[in-house]
Amino acid sequence: MAQGLAINGLSKSFGGLQVAQNLNVSLPPGSRTALIGPNGAGKTTFANLITGVLQPTSGSILLDGKDIGNLSEAGRVRAGIAKTFQITNLFRDLTVRENLRLPILERKGLSSSIFSRADGRPGVEDEIDQLLRSFNLSPLADRQVRSLAYGHQRLVELALTLALKPKILILDEPAAGVPSTESHLIVEAIKRLPSDLSVLIIEHDMQLVFEVADRIIVLVSGAVLIEGTAEEVTADLRVRRLYLGGVHG
Amino acid sequence: MTDLVTPRVSTRRAIPLFGSLWPIAIVILAAFAAFFLFPYDLAFLTRIVIMMVFVLSFDLILGYAGIATLGHAAMYGCGAYAAGLFALHISPDPLVGLLIGATAGALIGWASGLVLLRTHGMTLLIISIAVTMVLQEAASKARWLTGGADGLPGISVSPILGFFEFDFVGQVAFIYSVCVLVAVLVLCHVLVSSPFGLALRGIKNSASRMRAIGTPVYRRKVTVYTIAGAIAGIAGALAAQVTGLVGLEVFNFSLSADVMVMLILGGAGRLYGALIGTLIFMTVHHVAASIDPFNWLFVIGFMLLVVVFALPDGLVSLPARLVRFLRRA
Repeated sequence: MAQGLAINGLSKSFGGLQVAQNLNVSLPPGSRTALIGPNGAGKTTFANLITGVLQPTSGSILLDGKDIGNLSEAGRVRAGIAKTFQITNLFRDLTVRENLRLPILERKGLSSSIFSRADGRPGVEDEIDQLLRSFNLSPLADRQVRSLAYGHQRLVELALTLALKPKILILDEPAAGVPSTESHLIVEAIKRLPSDLSVLIIEHDMQLVFEVADRIIVLVSGAVLIEGTAEEVTADLRVRRLYLGGVHG
Repeated sequence: MTDLVTPRVSTRRAIPLFGSLWPIAIVILAAFAAFFLFPYDLAFLTRIVIMMVFVLSFDLILGYAGIATLGHAAMYGCGAYAAGLFALHISPDPLVGLLIGATAGALIGWASGLVLLRTHGMTLLIISIAVTMVLQEAASKARWLTGGADGLPGISVSPILGFFEFDFVGQVAFIYSVCVLVAVLVLCHVLVSSPFGLALRGIKNSASRMRAIGTPVYRRKVTVYTIAGAIAGIAGALAAQVTGLVGLEVFNFSLSADVMVMLILGGAGRLYGALIGTLIFMTVHHVAASIDPFNWLFVIGFMLLVVVFALPDGLVSLPARLVRFLRRA
């Protein structure tokens, strides 16, 4: 039985513009895969196709052998696919604790409950405390998210996504906009992610990619140019010419 | 990170369902005081209380879920007509009448919400106005049922619980309305403190993030719109029972606009802001209109400008602001 995420022949076009061309990608459990490519290569579109924000023109998406292509965005989250956004997307008026409470309540199927309180549920609050400790966010638990430094907001977003206990985690430019003084927080957090979780990192920061990814996919004009280890990718002349400009390798 | 999988055994205690209800006790005390301090203004005070119920329902959708509409009068109007027709043709029981009003409000909220809530922003505003206009026109044309432009006159209800008959001074009507307000306030308090209430705040903050954590955003919105419709229907039914009349003005655009102004004035998303905003708006309206019947809107407009610029979170945030200012001083 197939394990993890398997994407077969995935294509997407908007009229005459083809933004994803016959993509075949697999994300086995525990893998750390980076998706790189120049601006407009179709990286975020690819993430949106996996998460159900966009529907593919053709192709299939299998999660642990089951076709999830017909599931809605919310259905795919319940199936085990979660993502962070390119630009931090949090509940800015809520506290860090409330931000983490929401996905846990949702995952446990409690978010539609009306005649019970949202706070003070022992199982939920303990899980929140665990997440806060894991990301060193405990001192900020009761602060409104809008008042946090951007690096900390990125950590909250990562913690919020992990609260869903996903099988596949898509990180869309996790270090984008984070000052260099805070980027180590993100790298450390990614390195400490659960070992059985499949992670797809879409990133421009090559240093971060080389530090955390064990496999790299280079996407150009919606098609895979090359897939391999960091050494294989940096040694490829097309990549050096098109993307890295000969800096690495 | 591995400790995520094995949470420790909890030592927390669950917080009671109703949590802290002392602000509701203050509302009851304030109503009690008003009853004795203004015995000759009970009809006006009853109108304020009914409007508070209506604004509370709007707070659920605008203040908590972030759904901005200008057609909230649709649910209020349907509740008023349903309760009026029920009292005239079926049963004069006021409590069953409230239930009928709530059902009518909920039904129109659900049916219109299914369409409205697929849209956003300006489209949503315009369609919500259109729904109310269609209902007003339908009520105007269906003279055989609604009385058309003449409205539904002569609505009378039986004594509440078989004992408390509506009196000429309006004491029973006031107490009855306050009881309904308190019940609605408790219900709203429970709702906004619940996981569903938290989900609404999440939707208001970021609907896309809510979708990304697996929340069926549209379904949640339709649910809260239906609940708010039921509460608005209760307000409409209460108005029909207390005044004994329902007219086409229950669907007026100005009613929906006034409700929005009252909520913004008091502070959206805080429940008690709805009460304060309604009290201030209606009192200023009453006093200013008695001094200058033609230019009273100037006072309301000026007040709204001051609040929007100086207190963006509404009048309900004034005490906290003052405390912060005094601490700094």
